[in-house]
Amino acid sequence: MSAPNSEYDPVEVTPLRADEVERARDEALAAIAEASTLEQLKQVRLDHAGDRSPLALANREIGALPPQARKEAGQRVGQARGAVSKALAERTTVLEAEAEEHALAEETVDVTLPWDRTPRGARHPLTTVQEHVADIFTAMGWEVAEGPEVEAEWLNFDALNLGPDHPARTMQDTFWVTPEKAAMVLRTHTSPVQARTMLTRKPPIYVAVPGRVFRTDELDATHSPVFHQVEGLAIDEGLTMAHLKGTLDHFAQAIYGEGTTTRFRPSYFPFTEPSAEMDLLCYVCHNEPGAVAECRTCRGEGWIEWGGCGVVNPRVLVACGVDPERYSGFAFGIGLDRTITGRYDIADLRDLIDGDIRFTEAFGVEL
Amino acid sequence: MRVPLSWLRDYVDLPQDLSTQQLADRLTAFDLKLEEIVSSGVSGPLVVGRVLSLVKEPQKNGKTINWCRVDVGPEHNEPATDDVPAGRGIVCGAHNFVEGDLVVVSLPGTVLPALGFEITARKTYGHVSDGMICSLAELGLPGDASGIIVLEPGRAEPGDDAIALLGLDQEILDLEVNPDRAYALSMRGVARDAGLALGVPFRDPAGLEPHTGEGAGAYPVSVEAPDACPVFTTLTVTGFDPSRPTPDWMVRAVEGAGMRSISLAVDITNFVMLELGQPIHGYDKAALRGPIVVRQATEGEKLTTLDGVTRTLAASDLLICDDRGPIGLAGVMGGEEVELSATTTDVVVEAAYFDPATIARTARVHKLPSEASKRFERGIDPTIATAAATRVAQLMVELGGATLEPGVTVVGEPPAQPVIHARADLAARVTGIDIDAATAVSALEGNGCAVEVDGDELAVTPPPWRPDLTDPYDLAEEVLRVVGYDQVPSILPVAPAGRGLTKAQRLRRRAGMVLAGQGLVEVKTFPFAGPADLDRLGLDAADDRRRQVLLENPLSAEEPGMTTTLLVGLLKAAVLNLGRGHSDVALVETGRVFLPGERELEAPIYGVDRRPTDEELAALDAALPRQPWHVGLVMAGHRERPGWYGAGREVTWADAVETVRVLAASFHVDVEVRAADVRPWHPGRCAEVVVDGVVVGHAGELHPRVVRDWGLPARTVAAEVDLDALVAAAPEQGPAPSFSTFPVAKEDLALVVDDAVPSAVVHDALAGSGSVVESVRLFDVYTGEQLPEGKKSLAFSLRLRASDHTLGDEEIKAAREAAVAVAAEAAGATLR
Repeated sequence: MSAPNSEYDPVEVTPLRADEVERARDEALAAIAEASTLEQLKQVRLDHAGDRSPLALANREIGALPPQARKEAGQRVGQARGAVSKALAERTTVLEAEAEEHALAEETVDVTLPWDRTPRGARHPLTTVQEHVADIFTAMGWEVAEGPEVEAEWLNFDALNLGPDHPARTMQDTFWVTPEKAAMVLRTHTSPVQARTMLTRKPPIYVAVPGRVFRTDELDATHSPVFHQVEGLAIDEGLTMAHLKGTLDHFAQAIYGEGTTTRFRPSYFPFTEPSAEMDLLCYVCHNEPGAVAECRTCRGEGWIEWGGCGVVNPRVLVACGVDPERYSGFAFGIGLDRTITGRYDIADLRDLIDGDIRFTEAFGVEL
Repeated sequence: MRVPLSWLRDYVDLPQDLSTQQLADRLTAFDLKLEEIVSSGVSGPLVVGRVLSLVKEPQKNGKTINWCRVDVGPEHNEPATDDVPAGRGIVCGAHNFVEGDLVVVSLPGTVLPALGFEITARKTYGHVSDGMICSLAELGLPGDASGIIVLEPGRAEPGDDAIALLGLDQEILDLEVNPDRAYALSMRGVARDAGLALGVPFRDPAGLEPHTGEGAGAYPVSVEAPDACPVFTTLTVTGFDPSRPTPDWMVRAVEGAGMRSISLAVDITNFVMLELGQPIHGYDKAALRGPIVVRQATEGEKLTTLDGVTRTLAASDLLICDDRGPIGLAGVMGGEEVELSATTTDVVVEAAYFDPATIARTARVHKLPSEASKRFERGIDPTIATAAATRVAQLMVELGGATLEPGVTVVGEPPAQPVIHARADLAARVTGIDIDAATAVSALEGNGCAVEVDGDELAVTPPPWRPDLTDPYDLAEEVLRVVGYDQVPSILPVAPAGRGLTKAQRLRRRAGMVLAGQGLVEVKTFPFAGPADLDRLGLDAADDRRRQVLLENPLSAEEPGMTTTLLVGLLKAAVLNLGRGHSDVALVETGRVFLPGERELEAPIYGVDRRPTDEELAALDAALPRQPWHVGLVMAGHRERPGWYGAGREVTWADAVETVRVLAASFHVDVEVRAADVRPWHPGRCAEVVVDGVVVGHAGELHPRVVRDWGLPARTVAAEVDLDALVAAAPEQGPAPSFSTFPVAKEDLALVVDDAVPSAVVHDALAGSGSVVESVRLFDVYTGEQLPEGKKSLAFSLRLRASDHTLGDEEIKAAREAAVAVAAEAAGATLR
């Protein structure tokens, strides 16, 4: 740097000449605009805004100027440097954005590629439908009861008013445990759990009983020796068939949607009196004229057989230690396997029990 | 019960405008459920024809056809020409008829549902066949379908309507009769309910004047078992002409009701049984020797029944005997020697009332359900025996030219009807319908009950044909079917607040979700197994899982009992899936297994007139085999599949063990895993899972022999755990989290131990080596050249952290040394 020189004419100091400053600025701006990468821009910054850049060098000369000339020269150089610095910042932003965009484009993958490394598990619909039913009833304050599958003959039959000579006890329906004197069966219904509940709890009783049951049917597309039911039992003061109907209507709606209703037809079960078969309004055609004739789900009937029900026979109450003078109750039962085959239009019941993973997998982890 | 409508109309005035479907709907609403309406559906010109000429014409295809000229009556015949007489030309392929035979012809326009199309005149075998000569099958009728129908000479004339002649015009209601409505196994019972359901008059066919008096026709009878045989009636007809045919109307009735027409005498007894519900037995009087005796059998006695089977009798059987010994199983089936035959002219007619339970037992013991036993065991009307026998005799007189001999034997009396006391509002209280007393009384009377009203109480005497009515609630049902099941209102009852699912129920759900989350697919298999299955699992004779609950009547000889392990069903399901091309399977099942152990199975049977005591109930439960819930799983093929991302990973023993660990952890149950040697697992790759010192399950790789015997892929793995035990061990709530926020110090340790030392022992030693040891994780296992023979190196990473300050270097060093020292103590470990 030159020493202060009062004789010195600022106009004569070349780097501080207006045209020189302007030129340096324009060269810097042009270089900035030309830089197409952050690397190039880094060099441009060194060349045009670094310590040895023409504008930086010019700036240093200002101190050597006489005081009266400093202001004007300072302004001139300052403005030029400001313009360069602003252009650099702007260009940096643009180039950074471009660089990021480029990098992201480079990293793009085919997101449709499968990542089926680990298999997906699934739960059997017979399990999940039992859980669904349990949820519907527990939401009403009912509880879920269960019991053994190899059951005492007394609980499966006698306690339910199926006396020793009742036709339902003959060999053709029931799996009997060896030896005969074992007096045990594979439960033919979940009703012994109802008896067990009455025997061990005091009314009021409101229980749902889902479970596996057994009959000696040969396996075919519509019959299975092993199948699943859910039964319900309510014992309280003043219960009537109307409460049975109300419960079933609610149950039907919870499973099949609003507007589903049930109807009763007379029937016979030893453990209920009066007894009824219950039909479900077809959840596909709703028995609507025009739709019902073509309906495959109800085969044009408008109604679907759903199960059996009735008022608990007072004889059953007596055998199970419930005072029939004070309490009355109702019971019902539906088949769950048929509920699933009907609901999902499954033609062959054997699909439920073969264990082919494609069947269960279709249901995922919930119905 | 099959009910021909035309027969039903004999007893009840069905409204003319009532359709068959409407009638069926009303009966269904009255608990006589329609199974189906049976009708032939045949319509159009189906007529009787006479074969005038028949020319056999061999065909190129090897068949021979008959070119026939058939007289089908003046109304339908084509006029005669120079060549042929009046009639129609018809081609027929059957050969069981000759010229002059009477046949059944469907003329063009006839609809035969069995064939599915309308008959037209068509060109065939070089002729125009102007109709079809029919077989039974083509008309949808049962019987011999090997040829065309040839009618008996004289039965009809050419041109007669064959639809009426063959009963093809009748509609039959096939009704499902519930066991409590035995009365509806008769036209009488169905007609009575139809009358009640439709509000139209009913004529009781049992209302005839019964034969009375004394005389030679009163065949001697001695009843030695009056409890089993409260009523026994006989009367005699003589001079019956066994050659007479059964009239068409009776054939139609009996066959319409589903029984076969056999001979006039037998048809009459069946007709009366179907009409009145009273089974009838006819004896050939000439074959009877001495008086009829009704008595219990003695054990081991023999009788050859009508079906030709010689049966060994039980003491509970009730017998009809004569001087020679047993001649019939009462109420079930007659004996061979005294049955009505083609030469019978004198008939002893028996009508009796037998104890329902006795007949049910005999029918069951001898596996001999018959039309008679079906009615007796459900309970017939005990008051109509003589009337029914009289009806039989009258028909034999009328149709068979017989003479009814004077005199009738009646032994015993029908039991008195019980009186049922019920509250007048009972029906309302049971059904929830607003039913007043007058409505209830009138409904009961409509059902045949006699009702006395005493204030709020009713004294109801059921009619004799309703033995099922014994309790007040039975009466409520009878009122309800008259009022209508569709009248029951819908009211949702409010249950008291419940406790939700039990702990076991909640945890079983959790297990299901967790295992599905592990990639396992749930299956539901049959819980049956047999010795061959257990053999293939390699279970030896001492194994408790060899002791099964066996069944008296298993569906398959290969699976005679209940399974003791879920692996039987799971391995079968795995084999099925592998066979269907799924090479990677991971299956899980949750269900009960049945473990009787050494115990002899015998459950008590109590009465039903009271609740058993708590002790009695406990004895009953204790008698049952153990049947805990288990969870089982099997995995084969890849646990992780290969793909574009890289190589896959085959399942290993560790996948089975880890899945069990994950399950237990989801229950907050700490399990210990130890080496074990249990079939069906590989002796060196089987882990036992221990909770609180008790083994609750096993997991690992299957024994190579098991894998081979089941046809599974090599290295298939499996696990089975007692889910009840896991549930029992699960705390009501899991541990609360408690952790320090001071900095962690990470230390790695490589420890050398004998090969045989389980890593878990070293792990547990390190984990318990000091209060600052936050966690321990094994990250490497090394065996090889750099170690002595029989040694392995286990590398653990320790995370050390104090609860209240930052650990200093000295503390970290001390903790590390303590860990090594404890491992040395517990497992002989040395720092590598």
